[in-house]
Amino acid sequence: MRFLTISGPPSSGKTSVILRVIEALQAREKKIGVVKFDCLLTDDDKLYAKKGVLVKKGLSGALCPDHYFVSNIESCVTWGHENDCEFLISESAGLCNRCSPHIKEITAVCVIDNLSGINTPKKIGPMLKSADIVVITKGDIVSQAEREVFASRVKQVNPGAIIMNVNGITGQGAFELTSLFEDASDIETLKGKVLRFSMPAALCSYCLGETRIGDEYQTGNIRKMDI
Amino acid sequence: MKLMKDTALLHKSMAEILVDHPYIEDFLTSFGLVVKPSVDSLQDYLATLDPDNLEDLGINEEQLRQSLNGFLDGMLALSDPMDKVESLTIIGGHDKSGKAETLELTLKPGEVICIVGPTGSGKSRLLADIEWVAQGDTPTGRQILINNQVPDSKWRFSTEYKLVAQLSQNMNFVMDLSAEEFIRMHAESRLVTDPEEKVTQILKQANELAGEPFAPDTPVTSLSGGQSRALMIADMAILSKSPIALIDEIENAGIDRKKALALLIKEEKIILMATHDPILALMGDRRLVIKNGGIDKIIESSEAERKNLASLEELDNKLLALRNRIRTGDTLENI
Repeated sequence: MRFLTISGPPSSGKTSVILRVIEALQAREKKIGVVKFDCLLTDDDKLYAKKGVLVKKGLSGALCPDHYFVSNIESCVTWGHENDCEFLISESAGLCNRCSPHIKEITAVCVIDNLSGINTPKKIGPMLKSADIVVITKGDIVSQAEREVFASRVKQVNPGAIIMNVNGITGQGAFELTSLFEDASDIETLKGKVLRFSMPAALCSYCLGETRIGDEYQTGNIRKMDI
Repeated sequence: MKLMKDTALLHKSMAEILVDHPYIEDFLTSFGLVVKPSVDSLQDYLATLDPDNLEDLGINEEQLRQSLNGFLDGMLALSDPMDKVESLTIIGGHDKSGKAETLELTLKPGEVICIVGPTGSGKSRLLADIEWVAQGDTPTGRQILINNQVPDSKWRFSTEYKLVAQLSQNMNFVMDLSAEEFIRMHAESRLVTDPEEKVTQILKQANELAGEPFAPDTPVTSLSGGQSRALMIADMAILSKSPIALIDEIENAGIDRKKALALLIKEEKIILMATHDPILALMGDRRLVIKNGGIDKIIESSEAERKNLASLEELDNKLLALRNRIRTGDTLENI
């Protein structure tokens, strides 16, 4: 089973890109599974189900979404394998820019859009900087020059990645992206695998439900600003 | 070779690096690192970075070194001259029903080829086949040759060697910059040797193409449709190294389309233009008619057609003059 982690800032077009990729994979008669991670609510699972692919949805609720991702992804991979998926795609949003779901030896894709501003590539951490493939979306809305400037900014922070422009609406570039997915990591299980980068730490009183503000309520992993 | 490049740079002092290689400073600051001029070498600088600070920034030393190497390779590639594209050949595949496209079409720099056909007929797929330098591996089964050879796969993925620059119909800007700042940023990202000269050239050209001139400090977001198109065509002609220009219709407002095409032709680009505008279509050397996903026929612009171009232009100018009268508050009782 080919497994890929797809991540990217909220509203960058991850779901649209994946839907276009699914269409291209289905044209090649592949069996596909998608695991959609989100926080509070998502209806994207219905969009995937409509395409006739297997879907699992995970909502992290009150937990850190990326910690939730890493505690569940192994069972998701086993689920995909047991259901004879030829491709399994995990979709998760990077919400704090410092977290990243990417796993060593597993093809990692980051989706980022041209409208997010030229400083965005450097603001995003390992989710973008350690990805193997960077997909840039919404290119039809901006000019050629802006697309080039944006791509060069992405290249600056992740020179080793393959950078592709994909249009999530028309599907331009999706076929080409899919041909890269054919070479994605082929695995049966995530046992023994490690994350590409540590996740941001949390372990303080606020993690455990504290709501009061003030030094006396702060325990655990706390860091103070230099003021 | 690679080793030499790395060692030489690694032993330069940070003070020298900041002056001679400002893009290395850009690279380091884009990872959130603080860079100051000092006598320490780049090597020492990298070695003394605090691992805890790096972890906060979401990177580690090994990844940073790897990225720096990749980045420097990309910078070297940018300063390399682009391989000259003397010809582009499209070898037919098949249409959506599987009917063979029996053709082998060779395009040369300076040629203008129009692509016509209804929405959904497969114009975009043809343009995408070219951009992807298809090798029978796309839904159409077409093959693209460059200089009569199966091209290097670098054309597919490299951001430095983009085969195709695309001018889409939508030309909105989202960046909060003036026209001059925007073009300068684009020139810098392409590492051209004399960015200021290029910026001046592009703005001058754009003003010649645009119906209404604009000042260099105009915010790109306030340019009119015609001015944006003029700016992007001048930018594409002068700054882009891509040997092929794909144009998705040049709208007939606020821009001299004849001059725009002439500028791209002068820069020795192969121009592919999706259009249904009779004037643009006749300016082309050939028209590819797309039907059901395949190239159905190729029409050479005939002598008789070219003769009609003059009267079409007259018609067009008349309409433009009327448009101008409306703009200046005139009435159209006598036309």
